[in-house]
Amino acid sequence: MAKQGAASYDKLIFELSSPGRRGYSLPARDVPATADVVPAKYRRKDAAALPEVSEFDVVRHYSRLSRMNYGVDTHFYPLGSCTMKYNPRLNEDMARLAGFLRLHPLAPEAASQGALRLMHELGVMLAEVAGMDAVSLQPAAGAQGELAGVLMIRAYHASRREKRTKVLIPDSAHGTNPASTALAGYDVIEVKSNADGEVEIDDLARHLDTDVAALMITVPNTLGNFEPRILEITGMCHAQGVQVYMDGANLNAILGITRPGDLGFDVCHFNLHKTFTTPHGGGGPGSGPVGVKAHLEPFLPTPVVVKKDDAYALDWKRPKSIGKLQAFWGNFGMLVRAYTYIRTMGPDGLRAVSENAVLNANYIMKRLSKDYDVAAPGPCMHECVLSARRQKKHGVTAMDIAKRLLDLGFYAPSTYFPMIVEEALMIEPTETESKQTLDQFCDAMIRIAREAETTPGLVHEAPVTTPVRRLDQTKAAREPDLKWMGGSGRPPSPPTSAPIGDMGGSGRPPSPPTSAPSA
Amino acid sequence: MRYLSNTGPEQRAMLDVIGAASIEALLTRVPAKARLARPLALPAAAAEMDLVREMRALAAVNADAESYTCFLGGGAYDHFSPTVIDHMILRGEFFTAYTPYQPEASQGTLRTIYEYQTMIAELTGMDVANASLYDGGSSLAEAALMAANVTGRTEIVLAAGVNPLYRHVTATYCQGPGVKLRTVPAPGGAVDLDAAKKLVDLKKTAALVIQTPNFYGCLEDVAAAAEIAHAAGALLIVAADPVNLGVLEAPGRLGADIVVGEGQGLGVPLSYGGPNLGVFAAKKELVRRMPGRLVGATVDLDGDRGFVLTLQTREQHIRRAKATSNICTNVALCALMATIYVATLGKQGLVDVGELSAAKAHYAAERLSAIPGVSLRFPAPFFKEFTLKLPVSPDRVVGKLLKQKILAGVPLKRFDKALGDCLLVAVTEKRTRAEIDQLADALGTAVA
Repeated sequence: MAKQGAASYDKLIFELSSPGRRGYSLPARDVPATADVVPAKYRRKDAAALPEVSEFDVVRHYSRLSRMNYGVDTHFYPLGSCTMKYNPRLNEDMARLAGFLRLHPLAPEAASQGALRLMHELGVMLAEVAGMDAVSLQPAAGAQGELAGVLMIRAYHASRREKRTKVLIPDSAHGTNPASTALAGYDVIEVKSNADGEVEIDDLARHLDTDVAALMITVPNTLGNFEPRILEITGMCHAQGVQVYMDGANLNAILGITRPGDLGFDVCHFNLHKTFTTPHGGGGPGSGPVGVKAHLEPFLPTPVVVKKDDAYALDWKRPKSIGKLQAFWGNFGMLVRAYTYIRTMGPDGLRAVSENAVLNANYIMKRLSKDYDVAAPGPCMHECVLSARRQKKHGVTAMDIAKRLLDLGFYAPSTYFPMIVEEALMIEPTETESKQTLDQFCDAMIRIAREAETTPGLVHEAPVTTPVRRLDQTKAAREPDLKWMGGSGRPPSPPTSAPIGDMGGSGRPPSPPTSAPSA
Repeated sequence: MRYLSNTGPEQRAMLDVIGAASIEALLTRVPAKARLARPLALPAAAAEMDLVREMRALAAVNADAESYTCFLGGGAYDHFSPTVIDHMILRGEFFTAYTPYQPEASQGTLRTIYEYQTMIAELTGMDVANASLYDGGSSLAEAALMAANVTGRTEIVLAAGVNPLYRHVTATYCQGPGVKLRTVPAPGGAVDLDAAKKLVDLKKTAALVIQTPNFYGCLEDVAAAAEIAHAAGALLIVAADPVNLGVLEAPGRLGADIVVGEGQGLGVPLSYGGPNLGVFAAKKELVRRMPGRLVGATVDLDGDRGFVLTLQTREQHIRRAKATSNICTNVALCALMATIYVATLGKQGLVDVGELSAAKAHYAAERLSAIPGVSLRFPAPFFKEFTLKLPVSPDRVVGKLLKQKILAGVPLKRFDKALGDCLLVAVTEKRTRAEIDQLADALGTAVA
């Protein structure tokens, strides 16, 4: 059934192709023709089967595809743990200044002083925000920041000739925490959280010994609550020689209010694509700088941007460094955006960011607390977690609610995360949303709660206004179709009789988090 | 504070609903002892016009490829980028969207990724490509770890011509899992295949890694390397620059099991080295061991075509400590740039870009190596980049030419002490004959 409406479009660029059509112009060759500069042995035998389209085909196609997306610009995006705030246009313009955008990473340092200075200053500013002593801007995203942080902890213990093999991580953690830790060569030991998502101190104490290299936790935790006994926790760890890592995914809650360094953390990473407004871009790029206390500084990734007298340089002579995470110096374009943002906001502005983020989240939590179960009592910080367990009694799941929100003009909250909450709906409004938008969202959520009781079919059917309806995930996984094969075998096979895979209905194991927070 | 919405009265109204006296009352769980008692020590907020002025000044002191003539390569290249790319990616529906976990509201992104996967698979000659990793370096590191996991072996053998920055990243990623790296020399520029044969171990080697063209610009014999790797039961990993693959043979057709590379040349700006585009493609039997996101086609309830993230049980948000990689955020918007680039240039455009770059690079090599005392360092065939041996310090030459607004090349001393007298020169389709002649004249004077 063909979908109606402006957003409906079903073409791939390959399907627009017409032999001989061109969308580019290049100058004629102005150097002598030197035959066989590339010996036949190295040459492609068959031309790559790529599209042949006009420039206008390209513009219309991608314009139409863009309209099949919800973005922060067009829709409220209450995606918990992802900090989907407004992406300022000034940042985009600054990142596009030719001196930044067109600068080659291997240009001589003497000819890259503006870029190096920006990096140095951003490192100093981030260190101040986090209460850390040094920052590396190199990690490309939060998960890479985690890897860098855990590798530094590993190198630190090794430098003290200590062999520690385990890292403790709460069961409420983002998936990247255990994945990064395992990649760094550690055994991951899960620590229990209590009902409020706080670390169970007794369980932590049981696990803490001299075989533990680090504790990795998120503050505020993934239920949106500040860990009230955090100073006790970091103290307990340090007493055993255990390093403490803070996942900075939720930093948007605490800017200018408290600092990871002051809470006793040894390492933390920043998600510039969350707290510091660089756009999410449909999945990236991000930037995941990592901050450390002085005792870990020798282990920072190389090179480190340093200031000598009035000049800036890349310092490669770091014998204790863990190494390198990406080929060059970091996701510089994102650094320019974050720098622009911090300079725009200033210290008072950043604090107002967190205050309003906390206010907005508490307002939503309060307004929805009659119609939904709240996972942990407030006040929350920058996000709140609801449970759809009441709605589930009517057969309406968190997934159904998420899909219904799409019909009502909102992107969905994170669902099924954190995993310790049944039917979790994790809502992070951010500070850039207005009270009017929050009210509209709350009204929609309350309407869905009513619908769950009175017309659950409507919620099960959702979404019906999107370019496609619910999709067959099982088919996608069982018969992977990962590239266009020239239209053979199309159009796709008829639908399965029962929707499966994406329904998260009762009697099935809970679906994976469908909006897993990024790192 | 133009990015914040709540006014004082609105804040008051919200607090009344919450039942809190103040925002401060919402922060009581933060231990008083750990509260920051002072404002953050940061520069005061700057007005838009003041900040723009300052940022322009900061950008202006950099020798960028717009105001200088750029012959720099080494893993990042000044290729042409059609103007439509930036216009398209700046559509807010693309650049302010999240990872497409809610597929019904993300079909635009999902479709572009599916197109990207198709284009990369076609260029590399592989069965499947993922939705992107961070950059060429981390893609190679992930490929090395994947090879170790697939084969159950513990050693990776890398050709000396693999970009030293990529080797550095790979070594960093391999320290946790305890995978060992060994290097095969490349005295003639291209890898010594006999030495490779000796070094590849029947029991320990998980993969042989080559890059073509390699860091020094030399083309490698992929098919011969594949034979050596496969004879030992190891995988062949090839690092390749996809923008060259309109002209150069797809590594997959020559026996590669995994193809990685830096996709920056496909319309992604230099941006001082990041964000870049980590290309990753593999044979289909390896798909369930691949890192990163994958988009697949499926159908919706009405039987209409739709796209979803698939095979997610490989990924960290589900498999946690047992995931194939820790990657979550990737470089989706750079992959979109590459998709629009490949769509715009298309079948013939990528051939033209490759042929023009190669012709100009060979013209430049001819002009430069005619300068007394200057020669090509390696005899192996090259594509768009080559290594020059200079009679005087390359750093000095680079410094002199910088004053004439020419970025002459990358001195290789920092990467390989044995090449302290060498300069790596890259020439893309953007360089004109006049610019190349200027480089030759200036370099001739600088070494005289």
